[in-house]
Amino acid sequence: MHMADALVAPAVAGTMYVCSAAAAGYSVKKVREENDAKKIPIMGVMGAFVFATQMINFTIPGTGSSGHLCGGMLLSALLGPYAGFLTMIGVLLIQCLLFADGGLLAFGCNVWNMAFYGCFIGALLIWKPMMKKGASRAKIILASILGCVLTLQMGAFSVTLETLASGITELPFGVFVSTMQPIHLAIGLVEGLITAAVLVFVYEARPELLFAAEGESSGAGRFSFKKTIAVLAVAAVLIGGGLSLFASSNPDGLEWSMERVAGSTELEAEGGIYEAAASAQEATSLLPDYAFKNSDSALGTTFSGIVGGLVVVLLCTCSCYAFRFFRKKKTA
Amino acid sequence: MSKINSAIYEIHHLEKLASRDQWVNQIHPLVKLCLTILYIAMVVSYSKYDLIGLAAMGVYLFISFQLAELSFKDALWRLRVVLPIVCAVGIVNPFFDRIPVEIGGLHLNAGVLSMLTLMMKGSFAVLASYILIATTTIESICYALRLLHVPTILVTQILLTYRYITLLLEEVNRITQAYALRAPNQKGVHFKVWGSLTGQLLLRSIDRANDVFESMTLRGYRGEFKYVGEKHRMRRTDLLYFAVWGLLFGLFRRIPVILVLGNLVGGIFA
Repeated sequence: MHMADALVAPAVAGTMYVCSAAAAGYSVKKVREENDAKKIPIMGVMGAFVFATQMINFTIPGTGSSGHLCGGMLLSALLGPYAGFLTMIGVLLIQCLLFADGGLLAFGCNVWNMAFYGCFIGALLIWKPMMKKGASRAKIILASILGCVLTLQMGAFSVTLETLASGITELPFGVFVSTMQPIHLAIGLVEGLITAAVLVFVYEARPELLFAAEGESSGAGRFSFKKTIAVLAVAAVLIGGGLSLFASSNPDGLEWSMERVAGSTELEAEGGIYEAAASAQEATSLLPDYAFKNSDSALGTTFSGIVGGLVVVLLCTCSCYAFRFFRKKKTA
Repeated sequence: MSKINSAIYEIHHLEKLASRDQWVNQIHPLVKLCLTILYIAMVVSYSKYDLIGLAAMGVYLFISFQLAELSFKDALWRLRVVLPIVCAVGIVNPFFDRIPVEIGGLHLNAGVLSMLTLMMKGSFAVLASYILIATTTIESICYALRLLHVPTILVTQILLTYRYITLLLEEVNRITQAYALRAPNQKGVHFKVWGSLTGQLLLRSIDRANDVFESMTLRGYRGEFKYVGEKHRMRRTDLLYFAVWGLLFGLFRRIPVILVLGNLVGGIFA
């Protein structure tokens, strides 16, 4: 995601330099406030560590390709957002100067796209709130994956905006975004998994090294089973009931493709077997086509949304109980 | 050569080039840093169709390569990182921008012209950065950053990162080689050891950082590095060097020098 100099106009580069400098100035102030002389050598060595480990190829199971470590999220989880951000600036500058990975003029853009989101958004809005009540393996994995995916998506979106604002490419905005985002979604997921693996190892070996994870780590930070079910139920009712009111009357992707090919959103089928199956489905289905029988009201859609959501919750609950049952049996 | 080995080689090679006693190497680092940024800003500010105007900016690269006695082949190798990205972005231009244009008697599509200009901009920017790093050590660049009032925390951290990169790259190389010997015919690190392999290195690096801090404290470190200013005193030649190139960049940007010279020479022989 390193941007080359040729991809930015001087005005865009200047603006991004100012934004990144402001974030760096604030980080310097925060690190100075900590007044920890030990932090700077640690930042230096950690920067070198990120640089060196980004050279390791991690095999992605089931594919022939490999992934790399997500530096911003890892550094923030270990050093905190401010020291992590400053360390990432050092790593990016050395990558730019020594390996031509990213340009000098586009350096402000690269710091913003790769370090700012990873350190500030990833650490302050994702890692810190999730670790508030203590760290756990599950929380670390979730925070790392969520952090890497989200911050990489933001970074990729910024690259698109910066390139288009610079007037470099003739590619329309929609095409550019739809090319950049999915690629970085996959990259973010893999980087998140690698980062999670490293942070879980640190959590198990030296948990005191993790940023903002000093709370009770055993059990206290976990959601109780009842709480989880309650949250799931409320979410299901809200999503199923509330949002289905806004359900689009336009065809979805598959229906749209069908309409283009066959001229109708549903396939017309004839024959004895089809008619028998259709009548059986009609007789057994509670809510045909997401509404009450012989009704086309919004209330019917909402009701079907709530029922659907509750069925999903029920299925999840049953699966969890089954999982617990088999796990207990295995450990017994 | 493996990726890590080639990275180590590149770092040592650049360090060796930057430590030479060439005339360009003696120029004040602040002058070289500012000139490089000015050059890149000028290069990218050219219109996306101004291929001939932009070509004139190649003069700086040509002269600097000669003055610093740098290998053009080595520099071209660095383009391998940038050109694919630039090409990926520029390759669509011929499809979306189909206005016909004529350049030097050649009939082209405007998209092709903008793609070529983009590639030239990308290459010029990389080559200019190469001239900077091949004639200036990282320590000198950090010194220039301090003169620009970049905070000490940031500069010290950059210096330390740079100092430890080689060390950690060598350690990563040893680890991956040992792993590859135990897991032959396997591409990369298996997901079962993602955490432990990197995590072990991480813990060792943190311990190393603590040792570094203790040794620095014993040698008098109190949170700030002291720089030796006399080594890089600004000379008149440095200012003249900046002024001459600055004026030339401005001239190239305002006047299509190549076309003017072409018309002039053509007029003489016509």
